Amino acid sequence: MRTVIFRTIAPYLAALMVLFSIFVLLRGHNEPGGGFIGGLIAASAFAIYGIACGVAAVRRAISFHPMTISGFGLFLATVSGLPSLFVSQPFMTSQWLYIHAFGVEVPLSTPMFFDIGVYFVVVGAIGSIALGLEERESD
Amino acid sequence: MEATFSILIGLFFAVSVYLVMSRQIVRILLGIGILGNAVNLLIFTSGRLTREVPPVIPPEAVTPLEATANPLPQALILTAIVISFSFFAFLLVLAFRAYQELGTDDANEMRVAEPVGDAAPPQGY
Amino acid sequence: MPLFGPEATLFAVLAPFVAAIFAPAVTRHLKHNAAWVLAIVPAVVFLHFAGLAGLVAQGAVFAPSTDWAPSYGLTLSFYIDGLSSLFALLISGIGTFIVLYSGGYLKGHPHQGRFFSFIFMFMGSMLGLVTADNLITLFVFWELTSITSFLLIGFDHLRMASRRAALQALVVTGGGGLALLAGFLLIMGLTGEANMSAVLASGDLLRESGAYPVVFLLVLGGAFTKSAQFPFHFWLPNAMEAPTPVSAYLHSATMVKAGVYLLMRVQPVLGDTELWTFVLPLFGGTTLIVGTLLAVRQTDLKLMLAYTTVASLGLLVMLTGTSIDKAIEGAALYLFAHSLFKGALFMVAGTIDHEAGTRDITRLGGLRKAMPITFAAACLAGLSMSGLPPFIGFIAKEYLYEGIWGEGGASALLTATAVVGNALMLVIAAAVALRPFTGVKVETPKHAHEGPILLIAGPVVLSILGLLFALTAHWTGETLIGPTVGSILGEAHALNLHLMPTHIGAPLFLSLITIALGVALYLRLDALRHAMFRLLQAIGWGPDKGFDQAIAGIVSLSTGVTRIVQGGRLQVYLVLTFAVTALALLVPPALTGSWPQVPSVPDFRFYEWTVLAIAAAGLVAVLTARTRLTAIVSLGIQGFAVALIFMLFGAPDLSFTQFMVETLSVVILALVMTRLNLAPRDHRRVVHRVFDGAIAIAIGFGFGALLMQITELPFDSKLSDFFAEYSRAIAHGRNIVNVIIVDFRGFDTLGEISVVMVTGLAVLALIRVRPRRQREDVAPATEQPVKPAIKHKEAAS
Repeated sequence: MRTVIFRTIAPYLAALMVLFSIFVLLRGHNEPGGGFIGGLIAASAFAIYGIACGVAAVRRAISFHPMTISGFGLFLATVSGLPSLFVSQPFMTSQWLYIHAFGVEVPLSTPMFFDIGVYFVVVGAIGSIALGLEERESD
Repeated sequence: MEATFSILIGLFFAVSVYLVMSRQIVRILLGIGILGNAVNLLIFTSGRLTREVPPVIPPEAVTPLEATANPLPQALILTAIVISFSFFAFLLVLAFRAYQELGTDDANEMRVAEPVGDAAPPQGY
Repeated sequence: MPLFGPEATLFAVLAPFVAAIFAPAVTRHLKHNAAWVLAIVPAVVFLHFAGLAGLVAQGAVFAPSTDWAPSYGLTLSFYIDGLSSLFALLISGIGTFIVLYSGGYLKGHPHQGRFFSFIFMFMGSMLGLVTADNLITLFVFWELTSITSFLLIGFDHLRMASRRAALQALVVTGGGGLALLAGFLLIMGLTGEANMSAVLASGDLLRESGAYPVVFLLVLGGAFTKSAQFPFHFWLPNAMEAPTPVSAYLHSATMVKAGVYLLMRVQPVLGDTELWTFVLPLFGGTTLIVGTLLAVRQTDLKLMLAYTTVASLGLLVMLTGTSIDKAIEGAALYLFAHSLFKGALFMVAGTIDHEAGTRDITRLGGLRKAMPITFAAACLAGLSMSGLPPFIGFIAKEYLYEGIWGEGGASALLTATAVVGNALMLVIAAAVALRPFTGVKVETPKHAHEGPILLIAGPVVLSILGLLFALTAHWTGETLIGPTVGSILGEAHALNLHLMPTHIGAPLFLSLITIALGVALYLRLDALRHAMFRLLQAIGWGPDKGFDQAIAGIVSLSTGVTRIVQGGRLQVYLVLTFAVTALALLVPPALTGSWPQVPSVPDFRFYEWTVLAIAAAGLVAVLTARTRLTAIVSLGIQGFAVALIFMLFGAPDLSFTQFMVETLSVVILALVMTRLNLAPRDHRRVVHRVFDGAIAIAIGFGFGALLMQITELPFDSKLSDFFAEYSRAIAHGRNIVNVIIVDFRGFDTLGEISVVMVTGLAVLALIRVRPRRQREDVAPATEQPVKPAIKHKEAAS
């Protein structure tokens, strides 16, 4: 597996996949995509990087433990349900905020943050599984 | 259309059940993997099939302009796929660790929790 | 005037529970003197109910209710009439002294705080039981008293006898509670009412119903087990394993009377039938005689008292069972009197035990000099128990004799039973009150002296009350007993109580006979005890032994059943599960003949056929794979085929997800499977393979047919239309699937991602936990799979 070509390409491939995953995540509300798919793509990126260059390199690259990322995602998803409580609506009722910046209208919404939370949970949990298994392979 | 799918899904179920009833852990795992797909397809088909039109509203409209695929089963299945995958990974690691610890991949020889000839519980208070 | 008004009843019932929470902390700081502080709680509760009782005596009935969960129509409702207020007063009043007594009795005990806590929990449960209006609430409190009783009996849990007694009490009374629940449900079904007050207003409805015998038996099941009626009496004497305050409080004065309370409570709607007036006196009378005879046989003070409690409960059940006004007056009086004198006598027994170091009557004597106050209290209570004037016990006996005395054989039998029972009760009363104190001084294990104030306050006050209530008989009858009798009879009842009999008649003569018989028997107590001892030895078996046998039998039975049902073979479990699933799928259509129609060949396009064929081929390939690699690749093929199917039928989201998941599956399978072996062929025998194959085909066929039938039905697209219509309009998203996931069903998704995360943690844990063997041995585990850890386990066990 660890051919020179693969090892050379893998970092770029992984970076591209992560970028693509974010794209898929953000467009998810209007086009096919979303947190689950994006998260899986990013997790596969880490898996590929890990196979090519070793798990230690991946862990250095993402600097947090994958489960920490996952926990952060769950936290973000939960917190995104709270703003509705301030306007006396039930937990997780979506709230929208349109911001005009540089002549572009940017819609910010709680479902978006929720979806980002989903993304992080999936990246973290699936990435952790993949990396964990790869690590076993190498020891 | 749905009827043909029903036959295929029946095949999915039959194969997965046959594999799961094996004593070999590896086959059980393969069976579980297929079982997930079988159930997802079952839900998908019971929401009726529509060719090629995804449930996405065109940018200029407020509601879909033509008949789209049923979004509800899709939403259910999407999360189910991810969950069944993580479940599958868990089983895989569990099986692997069981194999490491017990030195067997035969489900019938894994008797730590329910040992053969378990002593009767003590009488008394 | 009531102290806080009837609405405060909720707080009165809850107060002991609150006290239970704080009791350990208070006890930690104040040691045994915490009793003085804690006793305030029941005292205040007592004042509350005393205030209400004053109004109840004037004919008021309270039904305060508090909304609990209004959206479900649940209210916490209470019902306070004569009967419940008498009980509430006894519980809180005696409870006050019991708390004080516990302070002295368990002085220095490391778990005194816990003990207080249990006592308060019991007190609250018992108050709830007697004041609850809702039948289900009543049942909940009923079982709570069983549970707290279990905790208290097993307080000294290091001794096996305690554990056994606690379990026995729980099994017997808890089991009876279940019967009661069934009875209540039946009553609720028959009357359509959930509140006791409404049920009581239903008149003859229950009596005339065809289900009356069933209701009767179920309610009886609850009452008889709780009130220790023969043949369920055995748990009560065993419960004497508990510390004495518990015996005095739960197992004589209050809890065991819950059964009697229930019978009295339902008397207006279930009583006065042939069944009632036959069964209750029969079992009550039997219990009375058996209880007194067994009491005579004992030498332990507490056991003697315990058996007479059984007997007294029998007497109460017998009287309630007659449904005669006068007899019920006697029952209410006796119930009141019994709580006072039995509580006092138990505390006396505990004080003797505490100060002298033994409570064996043959090893006690001449304590009157050392313990004069205890002796005085014992005498007063003993006289009341013996039914001698001028004590409340005497009035009770006069009234009950008057109630059951009459024409006919049944009445004569009842009277004879009561006389013999009361005479034997007098024997025990005399033995308990006199034997330890009179006669020659016997050396006791501890140097006996008078108990501290905490220990003697209870017996002194309760025994004096037995005298005071009798001296003010008219007032007692008017305010306490009269309203109680009214509740039991279900109609207002004026009671004119007299201490001295108003006429010379049968009751007085019966009393004289009782006293003469009792004194005669007391003089021959030792001979009587030996005779009983020999008789019981000759019988050799009792329900107590039967309980042990039943428990042993249950354990053996469940062991056997577990061995059959859970043989420890995964294969058997799976085959059973799938076989049952197949039956569930196939039997209903086979019975109704509703099979789906044979499908016609659909107009699939070429590429659609191809994808279906690939999926099928992948499945078959997994089935027949001989190497790991083939299996993994084939699994991937069917997975990608599924992804293609999603793609072709308008589900791009699913398709992408499926692609990613299948890729990752293949990767991690490859990572793990290099370490796992895949035997080249299925090692099932041909017979097994055919059998398993048949089940698998049946399941496949079943699901296929089910799905076909579902899709043949017209599709209700209401839900999907809703999402399509509002996805953009109110959720501002065009991808309906994503909108459903993150917005409409966001809360579900939150749960689902939590599952994903937990699985991640679990996998991590599994990977991280190193096998102990690997750490100890240097040899790599993969090459030399040391044979199972099972062997070690077996050797160790």
